[in-house]
Amino acid sequence: MKTTELTCIVCPMGCTLTVTRNEEGEILSVEGNTCPRGVPYAKNELLHPVRTLTTTVKTANGKLLPVKTDKPIPKESLFAAMEKVNRVVAPEGVKIGDVLLADLFGANLVATADLR
Amino acid sequence: MKKDLVIIGGGPAGLAAAVAAYDSGIRDILILERDTSLGGILQQCIHNGFGLHRFGEELTGPEYAARYEQQVQERGIESLCGTMVLSVSPDKTVTAMNKQMGIFTLEATAVVLAMGCRERPRGALNIPGTRPAGIFTAGTAQRFVNMEGYMPGKEVVILGSGDIGLIMARRMTLEGAKVKAVCELMPYSGGLNRNIVQCLRDFDIPLYLSHTVSRIHGKERVTGVSIAKVDERLQVIPETETYIPCDTLLLSCGLLPENELTKSAGIPLDGITGGATVNQNRETALEGVFACGNVLHVHDLVDFVSEEAALAGNAAAAYIKGNAPAKEIALAVKPAGKVRYTVPQRIDSAKEEVTLFFRVGSVADNALLTVKCGDKVLLTKKKRRMTPGEMESVRLSPALLSEANGDLTVCVE
Ligand SMILES: Cc1cc2nc3c(=O)[nH]c(=O)nc-3n(C[C@H](O)[C@H](O)[C@H](O)COP(=O)(O)OP(=O)(O)OC[C@H]3O[C@@H](n4cnc5c(N)ncnc54)[C@H](O)[C@@H]3O)c2cc1C
Ligand code: SF4
Repeated sequence: MKTTELTCIVCPMGCTLTVTRNEEGEILSVEGNTCPRGVPYAKNELLHPVRTLTTTVKTANGKLLPVKTDKPIPKESLFAAMEKVNRVVAPEGVKIGDVLLADLFGANLVATADLR
Repeated sequence: MKKDLVIIGGGPAGLAAAVAAYDSGIRDILILERDTSLGGILQQCIHNGFGLHRFGEELTGPEYAARYEQQVQERGIESLCGTMVLSVSPDKTVTAMNKQMGIFTLEATAVVLAMGCRERPRGALNIPGTRPAGIFTAGTAQRFVNMEGYMPGKEVVILGSGDIGLIMARRMTLEGAKVKAVCELMPYSGGLNRNIVQCLRDFDIPLYLSHTVSRIHGKERVTGVSIAKVDERLQVIPETETYIPCDTLLLSCGLLPENELTKSAGIPLDGITGGATVNQNRETALEGVFACGNVLHVHDLVDFVSEEAALAGNAAAAYIKGNAPAKEIALAVKPAGKVRYTVPQRIDSAKEEVTLFFRVGSVADNALLTVKCGDKVLLTKKKRRMTPGEMESVRLSPALLSEANGDLTVCVE
């Protein structure tokens, strides 16, 4: 048996999670989570950590537009994703929620503000 | 010009107060905002983590602001951007200025103060050395990178581990800069744990606790900083000094509520929070003037800002309609033990539940919270850990409040 301590980053509560695994690495229990979302987080974090990417893209009118991935993407792909995102130029009239780039490591890149 | 309700500041606090007052029946509302658009500081906070409490989903700063802007628009609430409020008088005359109208005054029945906070500038910190270019507050850097598309530098050291500094460590790393160190004077971080994990550890950025920047090097531009350990009295230990070459120093050393206007109205401030002293409805000592959001005390989570602003907006509406609850009691709330401050600082009605917000001054492990009236213990609560970086709260029921016959003390040991 092996226990690992993790900080849940799903919400600002930042609960300390204690994960117990057996010799094969199978997760036996997750404790310390204040809400159910802590459990899948702990499992993902140990097996395949993911993060939501938030950044900006260039736009047709020279201003910056804030964007995010609509789902978390693999943590190790963050820099590769940044390279792709930095080549995007948002067209005029983009609205909050519009997809600017599809299939970015399994997620869509969406605008998080209207382009004004 | 007369106005039922004037709201100063169009950030999340001002917007939520306006919406709440409208929904309580007030129509003659005006929001005054000095920036070119509504939304406040959230416009530059492009990362996510906002709105989990309020909307049950994880939003970025601009998305959270957009929700409130939409609510303001749907209700047809009036706002003036590009308008700077210059003063508020004790009789609630608001003097403001903009390009179109010049200087003008508004006679308000009620006022909500929602001016937010600003960052502690470098002048407030005494770091020896030169004053070259390349030193920014973390919030200024955030505005540059996220709104103006300008990178402040390539090799960065950050002083202070507040959330804005942590968020900027990640942001600049993603944009190709090398963040070499984050130094924190105190033995604990001032930011949320989740930000230490996802902004520093994810990118192997070292966090040096009990460390400070002891000297800044460079003539025209920063060429490096010396960092050193500090002792228990927060004094630099000279033997521990090490040099880190860098071209940029970001300061993330705390926020100060922006209360020049509050002072101009002669409203007393709390020496610890830097904001007005208020009752449970966020009414200041001047009747009909309310305060909410970061202008009152620094919040970590915008969700709580919105909640507090709704309280203030509803109370302002009741005041305007002349049906504000009677002030039947007068309890002062006093911090004790590790508690540094509480908001509200006084309670004058026991009709409804009151949520007291507070912060501890140092880390409390296996913390025991007690709320007392004289020697009588009204409530106790345990928590594994309380840190100065996180705002805590405790609810006081009407039943509990009616038991109190004198001032309350809130203590953490
Ligand atoms: C640089 C910075 C970064 C932050 N990052 C985060 C974060 O990542 N996550 C988080 O949860 N919280 C963050 N915060 C805290 C955040 O400020 C609050 O969560 C929330 O935005 C506070 O809302 P507010 O309405 O009280 O203040 P603000 O958003 O600051 O809004 C106040 C508004 O009042 C206006 N104003 C001030 N004085 C006047 C005047 N005299 N006349 C007219 N208008 C005036 C200002 O222009 C501003 O728009 C940050 C704060 C700062 C300073
Ligand atoms: S376990 Fe739930 S409450 Fe705790 S940090 Fe994770 S999401 Fe938040």
